[in-house]
Amino acid sequence: MKSMRIIGLGLVFLLGGLAAAWADEPTPMSNKEAIDLVQTHANYMWTLVAACLVFFMQAGFAMVETGFTRAKNAINIMMKNLMDFSMGSIAFWAVGFGLMFGATKTGWFGTSGFFFSDFSPDGDPWVLAFWMFQVVFAATAATIVSGAMAERTKFVGYLVYSVIVSAVIYPIFGSWAWGGLFNGGGWLEGLGFIDFAGSTVVHSVGGWAALAGAIVLGPRMGKYGKDGSIKPIMGHSMTLAALGVFILWLGWFGFNPGSTTTADKSIAMIFVNTNLAAAAGCIMAMFTSWIKFGKPEVGMSLNGALAGLVGITAGCANVSPGSSIIIGAIAGVLVVLSVVFFDRIRVDDPVGAVSVHGVCGAWGTLAAGLFNMGGTSMAIIGVQLLGMAACFVWTFTLAFTMFKLIDKIVGLRVSPEEELEGLDLTEHGGVAYPDFGVASTHGGIAPLAGGSMTPGAVRVGIPVNQE
Amino acid sequence: MKKIEAVIKPFRLDEVKDALNRLGVSGMTISEVKGFGRQRGHKEVYRGTEYQVDFVPKVKIEIVVATEMVDKVVATIAENANTQKVGDGKIFVLPLEQAVRIRTGESGKDAI
Repeated sequence: MKSMRIIGLGLVFLLGGLAAAWADEPTPMSNKEAIDLVQTHANYMWTLVAACLVFFMQAGFAMVETGFTRAKNAINIMMKNLMDFSMGSIAFWAVGFGLMFGATKTGWFGTSGFFFSDFSPDGDPWVLAFWMFQVVFAATAATIVSGAMAERTKFVGYLVYSVIVSAVIYPIFGSWAWGGLFNGGGWLEGLGFIDFAGSTVVHSVGGWAALAGAIVLGPRMGKYGKDGSIKPIMGHSMTLAALGVFILWLGWFGFNPGSTTTADKSIAMIFVNTNLAAAAGCIMAMFTSWIKFGKPEVGMSLNGALAGLVGITAGCANVSPGSSIIIGAIAGVLVVLSVVFFDRIRVDDPVGAVSVHGVCGAWGTLAAGLFNMGGTSMAIIGVQLLGMAACFVWTFTLAFTMFKLIDKIVGLRVSPEEELEGLDLTEHGGVAYPDFGVASTHGGIAPLAGGSMTPGAVRVGIPVNQE
Repeated sequence: MKKIEAVIKPFRLDEVKDALNRLGVSGMTISEVKGFGRQRGHKEVYRGTEYQVDFVPKVKIEIVVATEMVDKVVATIAENANTQKVGDGKIFVLPLEQAVRIRTGESGKDAI
């Protein structure tokens, strides 16, 4: 009797166990779905982490720009950087994303996806992740201009620019080269244009818009003498500028490898290419400045690192690490020569934005064709040149026209008195460093007369304020 | 009473201050200034543009001493600020009308 019970119990357990095992057994089909889902999740993770890194580049730009400009304009630089990201984000959400990545019949601009119409709460959230990644790219292009237009631009004029560049200028060109990454498809990418992370789409667009702005504005007071001399206007903090470049370098590790929007092994080479190009650019810019001016100069070296980064951005996924060094090195030499050139033709660019992003962006795009690992050809180079030219024509003419219009309607440049006093006080009613400098009748609130002095009046150098 | 103004190289300040303290000089005012004498400036480079910088950072010390002490004070400052190189600075002795201690209202010799 007892043994019967035991056997019976044992059978129950055995059968129960078997039933449970049969019910959970994985099939080949469900395995693949699960694996694909993990990959999809990884893609989201990587894309959004990369978006964070690219977002952080905004801090980098802010620090570079303020380091290379005077203390009396530091608040204005911060406001411009805050706003070109904030207003750009909304503009890109409303209009830009649709123009860049919406469905297109012509291949020249998108016509769907405005105000986030692709999103629905129970739909595929990939549009959110993709948008997040793309908006920080748009913001990068927008903020490049702020540096070239520093120290003399009306804040209102800059706000208007921020909206237009993020809503129209950047996205439409972007659609030609990258529309196919989402719902669209551009004529330029259809020709095989190579610009993996945006040497042209982001950096040249920013650079040529910066050139247009600098030209329409004119140079800062005291920068160029009537006798043809060039008077340096020293930035107030090389340490902030260097911090900014390091932050940008870090952020570029999201910018370039993140452009895969896929978590796979290809990002490794992109990381390496990015770093090697930056290093080579920094070194060659330093040596170039050493040879040309007698001392290794910090401003040029910092620009050189950025030039290398911009230069590799187009080809980071299709050139070898060895090529990256060459591309970065050439960018490092180019940027020094370009900065000197623009000063010589009296285009005042306080931070070298046009040289770093416009000129080296173009070089990087050409290099992506020249150093293509699959081999180069006249056809490939031709398409690259076409893209570079299309970018310049589109961006420069639109931006130039826009800045001229802004100038006519609200005014683009501040008055000479405002420029001398400093935009912090005149545009924003504030002082960036109220505790620094000699105590004045306002108890240390007002900036030092002239405003180009760093704390303690120990800085060597003549504040250049009058023509 | 006389007022002594000395423009010296900034890094000699501590030596001069300590030497003056040992001498019994009880107070001083310093300011950070720029200037040049026969030590003209030098060339600097900023982002590819060379420029001449004429003014060199200095420190100005101002002290008020009894007339009897002037020679000793001038000699002390000169000795401690001297680096045997161009740009060591200059010392000026000025006549002084009056000195007043704010807290107590003392004036004249009692104020220094």
